Amino acid sequence: MTELHRLDIRELAQGLASKQFSSLELTQHFLARIDRLDAKLNSFITVTHESALANARSADALRAQGNAGVLTGIPIAHKDIFCTEGVKTSAGSKMLDNFISPYNATVVAQANAAGLVMLGKTNMDEFAMGSSNESSFYGATHNPWALNRVPGGSSGGSAAAVAADLAPFATATDTGGSIRQPAAFCGLTGLKPTYGRVSRFGMIAYASSLDQGGPIARSAEDCAYLLQVMAGHDAKDSTSVDHPTEDYVAGITTTTNPDKPLQGLRIGLPHQYIKDGLDADVKARVLDALKVLEDLGATLVEINLTTSDAAIPAYYLIAPSEASSNLSRYDGVRFGHRCENPKDLMDLYTRSRTEGFGDEVQRRILIGTYALSEGYYDAYYLKAQKVRRLIQNDFLKAFEQCDVIAGPTAPTAAYAIGAKQDPVAMYLGDIYTIAVNLAGLPAISAPVGFDTSYSGHDNCAPLPVGLQLIGPYWSESKLLSIIHQYQQRTDWHKQRAPIASDAGAAL
Amino acid sequence: MTDSNSASTNSALSATDINKIAKLAHLQITDDECQRYAASLNNILSLMDHLQTVDTTNIEPLKNPFDTPQPLRDDVATEPNRRDVYQSVAPATQDGLYLVPKVLD
Repeated sequence: MTELHRLDIRELAQGLASKQFSSLELTQHFLARIDRLDAKLNSFITVTHESALANARSADALRAQGNAGVLTGIPIAHKDIFCTEGVKTSAGSKMLDNFISPYNATVVAQANAAGLVMLGKTNMDEFAMGSSNESSFYGATHNPWALNRVPGGSSGGSAAAVAADLAPFATATDTGGSIRQPAAFCGLTGLKPTYGRVSRFGMIAYASSLDQGGPIARSAEDCAYLLQVMAGHDAKDSTSVDHPTEDYVAGITTTTNPDKPLQGLRIGLPHQYIKDGLDADVKARVLDALKVLEDLGATLVEINLTTSDAAIPAYYLIAPSEASSNLSRYDGVRFGHRCENPKDLMDLYTRSRTEGFGDEVQRRILIGTYALSEGYYDAYYLKAQKVRRLIQNDFLKAFEQCDVIAGPTAPTAAYAIGAKQDPVAMYLGDIYTIAVNLAGLPAISAPVGFDTSYSGHDNCAPLPVGLQLIGPYWSESKLLSIIHQYQQRTDWHKQRAPIASDAGAAL
Repeated sequence: MTDSNSASTNSALSATDINKIAKLAHLQITDDECQRYAASLNNILSLMDHLQTVDTTNIEPLKNPFDTPQPLRDDVATEPNRRDVYQSVAPATQDGLYLVPKVLD
């Protein structure tokens, strides 16, 4: 039998259903891999050995009673931004290092209800503010493809854990690219759903009008299984939209034309996405992938996204503004870090916050506070919100000409840890992902080959490259289905990072 | 938009400005950090200058993707009282209250 960590979700579900292995065996297998390999990756902040084994036993008992669902007993990792009752939920911050959540996020409750077994909580940029996972209080996460490189961020821990076969799939969140860019950097498939598709209740807030949870997994099909669990309306989240969910798993395989499954699909290609600043290897891989999609029946349409240059400045005003407001709740009074011996209330607030927040979080709070302050609000925050509408209009207009929009997920493959010290350089890397969040659209990133140009200079393995597809509102099924068809013809999603091939004795 | 607002986006932040902003945000910034933040914040703000070149005449601001108002529900309790559980993560409580340093003498 294939090693357990190599199986996809469908195979895991079948193996459990046919009693080839138990959830306990599966869970022990993944915990052992985490114990053996994660010291090199730092992809987990907390590993929940005991509760994982207990929940695996319960899953096996449910199955023995004939009460198991499709996913009952399959392990999962949750990004440490989702509140987990009785388990530390840090958001990658010293501020919440002592925070044992008293309740579950809706996403976590849904995963539990589906019978998924939590292995632990994954590393992330502090409060999801970062694109490299280097801003975590718990240290940088290493990219499984090349340990000296970043896994992307902010869901870098989720991506690294899945790419190293330490978990079959993982939850993640995306405020400006935090699911798609780490998926691209780690050779995975990641879906950022439509804003309001997945509940934000119990998901620690960064920028509330942009934040959205979604799956990171190895394939579109695996993502579909997890989206099925995560999606749905939640009355506890006022921004959750009461829009019907679909059968995402069944949806991906529906095709009437097996030879040309994408016949009639119009893929928009904005010339703004294929221009200077885009790495040559990344560009080549994306164009190769578009050829495959054309072979499958799709046609390419040139489109114009005139406001794309405004997306980064608009985002880096709106997101920090919302963050400065959201993070005002951390005051050392009700939960989280409190400074020692405060001399008065103001000292309590100020020192607790200054000690608890890291550098990048403080920087974004400062920008946001400035953008919202008297005399600057109109010029910065309000202006950015007006530009935000233009960006949305731009997409809506483009979708009159095409069904989905394609381009690279990130301008380069994974860069070295420590390479981007200048915040602006880091922000510019979000150029292709950020407009999607401003508009609230769904988008997917999938692996389409490797950047081999790096391998010469620092002996690192070829690095994965991601293709991004952006769809109209509520087109999750369509995005998953297009990538699924692509993944039937190609095997980039089956390639494994060197560290994942490190099979343990007897495992 | 007033003229002073348009002008303000072109002026660089000084150490004094940073201190003022930090105070508003309840953060404490040392003099060294102030210099460092001034440099990076000014770099970031110069990135924002591009927005001023975008014509937004008659464009309504977009606060969230669906422009929807907050949903309202009937004003009835939907959750049980879990004060003890929620206060179990607080740094200091007494008799169901959160403790902070004395505000009034």
